[in-house]
Amino acid sequence: METPGYVHSFQSLGAVDGPGLRFVVFLQGCPLRCCYCHNPDTWQAGQGQRLLPSQVAARALRYRSYLRHGGVTLTGGEPLWQPAFTAELFALLQAQGLHTALDTSGVGDLEAAETVLRHTNLALVDVKFLTEEAYLRHTGGRLSQVRAFLDLCLRQNVPVWARHVVVPGLTDGQDHLRRLLAFLAPYSNLQKIELLPFRKLCLEKYDALGIPFPLREVPEMDQAGVDALRLLLPPSLR
Amino acid sequence: MQKASQWEGFAPGTWQESIDVRNFIQTNVHPYQGGGEFLAPPTPRTEKLLHKLENLLKLEQEFGGVLDIDTNTVTSLLNYKPGYLDKENELIVGLQTDRPLRRGVNPFGGLRMTREACRAYGYELSQKVEDEFLYRTTHNDGVFRVYNQETRAARHCGLITGLPDAYGRGRIIGDYRRVALYGIDILIEEKQKDKARLSLETMDVDHIRQQEELFQQINFLGKLRDMAALYGQDISRPAQTAREAVQWLYFGYLGAIKEQNGAAMSLGRVSSFLDIYFERDMARGLLDESGAQELIDDFVLKLRMARHLRTPEYNELFGGDPMWITEALGGMGQDGRTLVTKSSFRMLNTLYNLKPSAEPNLTVLWSKDLPEGFKRFCAKVSIDTDAIQYENDDLMRPIFGDDYAIACCVSAMRVGKDMQFFGARANLAKLLLLSLNGGRDEMKNMQVGPEHAPYQGEYLDYDAVLELLNFYRPWLARMYANTMNVIHYMHDKYAYEKTQMALHDTDVHRFMAFGLAGMSVLADSLSAIKYARVRCLRDEETGLIRDFQVEGEYPAFGNDDDRVDSIACEQVELFFRELQKQSLYRDAEPTLSILTITSNVVYGKKTGSTPDGRKAGEPFAPGANPMHGREKNGALAALNSVAKLSYRYCKDGISNTFSIVPQALGHDPAQRVDNLIDLLDGYFAQMAHHLNVNVLNRETLIDAYHNPEKYPNLTIRVSGYAVNFHKLTKEQQREVISRTFHEAL
Repeated sequence: METPGYVHSFQSLGAVDGPGLRFVVFLQGCPLRCCYCHNPDTWQAGQGQRLLPSQVAARALRYRSYLRHGGVTLTGGEPLWQPAFTAELFALLQAQGLHTALDTSGVGDLEAAETVLRHTNLALVDVKFLTEEAYLRHTGGRLSQVRAFLDLCLRQNVPVWARHVVVPGLTDGQDHLRRLLAFLAPYSNLQKIELLPFRKLCLEKYDALGIPFPLREVPEMDQAGVDALRLLLPPSLR
Repeated sequence: MQKASQWEGFAPGTWQESIDVRNFIQTNVHPYQGGGEFLAPPTPRTEKLLHKLENLLKLEQEFGGVLDIDTNTVTSLLNYKPGYLDKENELIVGLQTDRPLRRGVNPFGGLRMTREACRAYGYELSQKVEDEFLYRTTHNDGVFRVYNQETRAARHCGLITGLPDAYGRGRIIGDYRRVALYGIDILIEEKQKDKARLSLETMDVDHIRQQEELFQQINFLGKLRDMAALYGQDISRPAQTAREAVQWLYFGYLGAIKEQNGAAMSLGRVSSFLDIYFERDMARGLLDESGAQELIDDFVLKLRMARHLRTPEYNELFGGDPMWITEALGGMGQDGRTLVTKSSFRMLNTLYNLKPSAEPNLTVLWSKDLPEGFKRFCAKVSIDTDAIQYENDDLMRPIFGDDYAIACCVSAMRVGKDMQFFGARANLAKLLLLSLNGGRDEMKNMQVGPEHAPYQGEYLDYDAVLELLNFYRPWLARMYANTMNVIHYMHDKYAYEKTQMALHDTDVHRFMAFGLAGMSVLADSLSAIKYARVRCLRDEETGLIRDFQVEGEYPAFGNDDDRVDSIACEQVELFFRELQKQSLYRDAEPTLSILTITSNVVYGKKTGSTPDGRKAGEPFAPGANPMHGREKNGALAALNSVAKLSYRYCKDGISNTFSIVPQALGHDPAQRVDNLIDLLDGYFAQMAHHLNVNVLNRETLIDAYHNPEKYPNLTIRVSGYAVNFHKLTKEQQREVISRTFHEAL
């Protein structure tokens, strides 16, 4: 018996969520409420299209000819919030020789995550804030869970790309970056750190949904600022 | 055939016994597996010429798009004194008229069009030319002597549009390489032999016509030789050096565009041919890399100066003053060796050395087996310049062999062996409306097709609509084929391409290239009828269905959804099958393209509201593209939908334009190159045919729309060709900006 999942949408051409070209599946439902979230329309659980892992895999396989150096990325929403579906889908994809990437905050049921990671080629872990207090304030979740998930990735030997959204005045600056590096220091499976500039392309979505956007007044992060910060990363992780 | 001393240093082959350029290439080509690191920058001499040309181009733009017209001289091979951009510094010489960017008049296609084109730019066609043509029948005269009522009505309401009935038909590629390899004397000798041999056949209509055509071909080969002599060059013999090879070849092309103002005057597949001469000179120590690049740069500068005189209405259809000087690059040989040479790179390098430009229309014949270095260089050039297009060599090579080229945008032909009768296109979205309205045009309320009871119900029923389409489709195909037969009979009679056909085998294969527009509108309309509910809103006065109300959702073309994609495939096949039943002029083989160029705007303007929810007057999507804004699953889904359309039924090409913002193609330039290669490999692995690639931000286009002077070189790909953005009409610019940019991050 397959476990159905709730899918928000598909993006057949993903080029920025893992290596190569990727078929990206956005899942519906997320336990966090991050202040800079780009996809508030994926928050609510139980909505979207109800699809079986085999159905989603069949759809992804239609793009196989493009995915030679890429694969499939599950994001959302939070794929770890639908762990059984995610694990089954990844297993099917891997059986077909496709590379699987899990784009996650790391917040979720650790036991279930273990099964998911067994079928995961790469974890894209968004390390959002670096103190428990800030994490709770800006996401509603707990940083210790992210730590635990990263530990699990290390134990299961799953490579990790850490991602971090750089928000002016909130998560920018050299000190902040140093703390991020310190946080990630224990992980020998860390292959890359991606610094993503804070953008406000999502404003329309918030307005349409009638949800206030907490960072409305914060300016977008300029690419030059992010590029400067990137130079502070160890070259092997850039 | 006597062996020429100029062939020394080349490997021998059957090319020395009869005209066989392919064999020459196969026996002498130098495939290149590396990357672009060897390329040379422009020399000071090239930069000086470029600077001169840029000033002239600026002036041309300030003069409203046309710098100057010689209204006194009818264009032909020998009618102008030699012209130069910079006589002392040019390596490759030859202009269409006596001065750079000055346009000649070519009334052979139609006198009225010539008159109007002059007038549009503030000139008056001279009395001298008027007098010369007083007792002369033009192609346009001939056609209108014979057009029947149906064709006139279908033309008038835009059911068939863009027909080459008032200007040259184009789409014929002379094998200009023959001039370099053989020289004019051998070419004339061979044609004379053909003429003598065929003169003993029964003199029926076909053979009489052929005899006269051969006479004209031979006559014009002589004129071509004399034209070169005006520039002090003796092309009666084969080219002896790299410079001569480029120059001889260019003279062949120049003769063609002096004689003909065809819609598309394509170049063929010349780079790897020329490369053989470059290699020979380099081996002899006569040429270095900088010198080789300089020759290609100078050649391309000349090509960028080619012009025809058009009316503003023509430009509305085919925006940007295009010539479609299409040059096919790369591809693989049938023996598995690549046909990529260093000169394929040099040709692409002109987009850096001479800045991006729409012409020549550089077309990469893509194969999964192309050398990695070439793939990478192409992808980089695409990302940097938006000036090249890609066509699937793995799809075309099994059909056309390994010495085919592309005419116009997407029309493959064996060089020197195939020609085509260009046929513009029929508007299938309009056909649907006509079918619902009993053969009446929905905009003009005139009877166009045969009378039939209009659709009766309030809601459209899928099967009933298909039945009506099945009634009108055969009628359209027959009327369209009749129209084409008339056009090409008259074109052969009154505006035969003497220079270009002299550079073809005498026993030439002919295609009749039909086209269709509005494919995605038709598919989405039928999908809406089938999967949603579509209500007809009728005009109270005329009873015509003037609008539609779509209730509910329907799967739209461009989402990799078989429910609608199969409708698109089926409709294309049905139309082609109908065309196959027609009897065609000179036993031409019918082919079909899905290509609109920029005419998707005009087609939309002339078409009423459609059942997919598109409102009257709104543009169609270009070529085979999905309608903008209806793609919900990203770029690859849209590519997959188009890839399903079968080349079997559309052997004249399936055009698809893909635009993406750089950030959506990858975080950094290296990634973007990798990803673009995977995208092209993935698309063409599905036997898709063509892809235009634009990598640019919508903001750039909007800025260029408001501040054209800031972007003199901004080049973008539209359906099947590239244009300088500032040369499009404001309306076309708006349409391009509103199109789907894939920008999911």
